[in-house]
Amino acid sequence: MLGYLLIAALVVSLAPPAGAQSSVVILSTTTSTQDSGLLDVLVPIFERRTSYTVKTISVGTGQALALAARGEADVTLCHAPSLETQYLADGRMTNRRLVMYNDFVIVGPEADPARIAGERSVVAALRRIAGAGARFVSRGDKSGTHALELALWKQAGVVPAAPWYIESGQGMGATLGLADDRRAYTLTDRATRLAFGKRVALRIMVEGDRVLRNIYSVMEVNPANGPRVNTAGGKAFADFMVSPEVQQIIRTFGVDRYGQPLFVPIAGKREGDVTS
Amino acid sequence: MTLLLDGVRQALGLLVEGDGEIWSILWLSLEVSGSATLISLLIGIPAGTALALTRFPGRGLVVSAVNSGMGLPPVVVGLFVTIVLWRSGPLGSLEILYTPAAIVVAQAVIASPIVTGITLAAVQQVPREFRLQLLALGASRVQMVWTVLREARLPMLAAVMAGFGGVISEIGASMMVGGNIKGQTRTLTTAMVLETSKGDFDVAIALSLLLLALVFLVNWALTSIQQRRAG
Repeated sequence: MLGYLLIAALVVSLAPPAGAQSSVVILSTTTSTQDSGLLDVLVPIFERRTSYTVKTISVGTGQALALAARGEADVTLCHAPSLETQYLADGRMTNRRLVMYNDFVIVGPEADPARIAGERSVVAALRRIAGAGARFVSRGDKSGTHALELALWKQAGVVPAAPWYIESGQGMGATLGLADDRRAYTLTDRATRLAFGKRVALRIMVEGDRVLRNIYSVMEVNPANGPRVNTAGGKAFADFMVSPEVQQIIRTFGVDRYGQPLFVPIAGKREGDVTS
Repeated sequence: MTLLLDGVRQALGLLVEGDGEIWSILWLSLEVSGSATLISLLIGIPAGTALALTRFPGRGLVVSAVNSGMGLPPVVVGLFVTIVLWRSGPLGSLEILYTPAAIVVAQAVIASPIVTGITLAAVQQVPREFRLQLLALGASRVQMVWTVLREARLPMLAAVMAGFGGVISEIGASMMVGGNIKGQTRTLTTAMVLETSKGDFDVAIALSLLLLALVFLVNWALTSIQQRRAG
């Protein structure tokens, strides 16, 4: 028996696909792009077009950028403009280009204890949640969503605190589940809310405020960040993401499953045009 | 409840319709965890046997370390293996991070103390008098060790099962060093976490049923060998 196992294991090759190191592009990105399924569509097209193999590492935005800053990735696709500009200013990331946006919404329980349903301004809604001491679940995981949420609390002039402020420390899906269970409000991207529509009873309370636009951009990694950064491969992937062909795919992605697109392509636009 | 039933139906559907991705995920999990278990046997059996049959100063400490290692948290192993395999890490030039080979390395680190610890216990329960008698009958030291191992082979199959069971169901290390890359390093457990986070609970349930079935089949095969020899 052991003999067979041994032979079987030896025959089976576990080595990475042969090829020079420069044929692999490591993309560090956020869980939301992976969870939406968009990369499952785009990456194979890129791999067919070029000779590169893409390794997509989906983590929170904080970690995605930290990995790139250490030279452990070649290109990033993230959605935390405030963090991204810091990395650009430090010189650890270069050539930030907008790719697309989707939007965030505030969801909450049917009973709406803070009376925010239909409120246009998200900042005003957050003030009311804090004022009412209504439960709010935060990602608390340094993700792009968490970064936006913290920025919004700051704008609202509120320092959120327990007991009404709950930190889940988990991804968006798990956080929605927790908020549903605790009958709490939370900030979520629309795509995840759609994916969890069947399991989660939370209703959309606030939407359409421009500050809720969630902007994704690609950045290339400064080769000085570490050994073996694949600069050419990273740039090729970034170029691909802003190409007209990919922008067209993004425009219709999600329609077949949710009846509405999940992202709006914005390559070539300026940030100011998107957020105001 | 309907969710569970849907999951069962979906699991069968995924297998019957021959969804290529499911089969490759299943195969990768088996391949990776099987290889890791094999490596851990190559390390753990000699190490456990040596520890059982020798006496040296500090042996108690080493045995305690092995026994603690049996509960090594996969996520800790994942973190350290990741750092070692990073491009900037000591073994960065191998470029195996985010490949199945990296998962094998991490899982072998997790399984080796388990195999060592159980081998140690299995060999130690062979009576000392038996060993002395073998030597008195003129057996060489190698022959003695071989015979003792044959005596201990039944409990040692438990080492194989525990090692394999530990790594096939492990998630923290696979996620960190493998990266859960579609078509490359996605295993049953990491796929399950992804499907859950996507809200596709029925697929996650289907995957977990497959994992349970796989673990059961492997253990059933090993157990039938163990019990046949025992009977």
